[in-house]
Amino acid sequence: MDKKSNQALESIDPRITRAKIEQTGDKSDMEDLAHFQTFEVFHQNKRGAQHKHVGIVHAPNPDMALLYAKEQYARREVTANLWVVPSSCISATEYSDDDIFSTTPEKKYRNPASYKVIDRINAFKERGSKPSDQV
Amino acid sequence: MNSIDALKELLYKMADDQLIIGHRNSEWTGLGPILEEDIAFSSMAQDKIGQSEHLYNLLNQLGEADADTVAFTRNANQFHSSKLVELPIGDYSFSLIRHFLFDFSEYLRFEALRSSAYEPLAQVSKKFFGEIKYHTMHANTWVNQLGNGNEESHRKMQESLNYAWNYALGIFEPGPAENILVDDYIFIGEESLKNRWLDTIAPLLKKSGLTIPSEDTWKPIFGGRTGLHTENLQPLLEEMTEVYSIDPSADW
Repeated sequence: MDKKSNQALESIDPRITRAKIEQTGDKSDMEDLAHFQTFEVFHQNKRGAQHKHVGIVHAPNPDMALLYAKEQYARREVTANLWVVPSSCISATEYSDDDIFSTTPEKKYRNPASYKVIDRINAFKERGSKPSDQV
Repeated sequence: MNSIDALKELLYKMADDQLIIGHRNSEWTGLGPILEEDIAFSSMAQDKIGQSEHLYNLLNQLGEADADTVAFTRNANQFHSSKLVELPIGDYSFSLIRHFLFDFSEYLRFEALRSSAYEPLAQVSKKFFGEIKYHTMHANTWVNQLGNGNEESHRKMQESLNYAWNYALGIFEPGPAENILVDDYIFIGEESLKNRWLDTIAPLLKKSGLTIPSEDTWKPIFGGRTGLHTENLQPLLEEMTEVYSIDPSADW
């Protein structure tokens, strides 16, 4: 990278001034810097529970991705386990195909909450776990 | 020196090491090489300062002043920290090597102290063991990554290791009445700790492609434990205590 000026950055933050960062004037090309891959992070709050997707980290490899996942996503949460998966390993549907989901909201009958079964469950419990074929 | 004094000496050097390296490493906050690393390194620096507070509280129970007073009102010559921890952060390779060398010593120290006959210290050691274990995982992963990286990263890591080595040996400056602590099963002693440390880090550094300086060049840089410091500590303390000096009752 060309150094167009050797003047060090001065800041009210003494750490910045101490670091003697040269003001280069040129803007770094972000594409040159973006050489890390991303990893999707999955967080489990207790053993046996599902891992839930919580976000991403940038890292050069899975070991470092795990280090960062711990600090980004397990710093404040109760945590049993973390997974990281390279984002490139995820296969996804196309948003342009999202019409395949369009009638789902209408299919209430597929939602178990729509069945009025609580009376039968209670009756079942009262009978003491003996199944009945009376419907 | 009686056994309480020897115990206080041990607690002071542990707490002071953690406070000073915690402050030093926090100087990277906002300047870390990438966002994720900035957050991780800052978080670990906070951990260190939190651990030092717990140890200062143990000292408080033994009759010393409260944690804030002890942390913020002493001068450099009253600090028992090793010279390694007060050195400026340098470039990232030095900060990582120091993090590696110091944190493995701390990990093994706390591991040994989990079975200390001084129960309050054993409790604190058990409590923070997992936290410190993560710090060593972080350090070792980075050292491995850069030691085995490209020619430039390898060279920087090796140069930093060479520079830090004798300072790191200075962590294990023998305490004046350590034999009392050893006899009372409070602490295993600095020499034993150093041997455990060497046994632990030697294979890890080798795996990272780095070479420990040859043994005939080893000259431990002592003095920190008795208040003899480099010129770097007093300015650090002045910066760290700036708010406290203006208003000792400030709360944040």
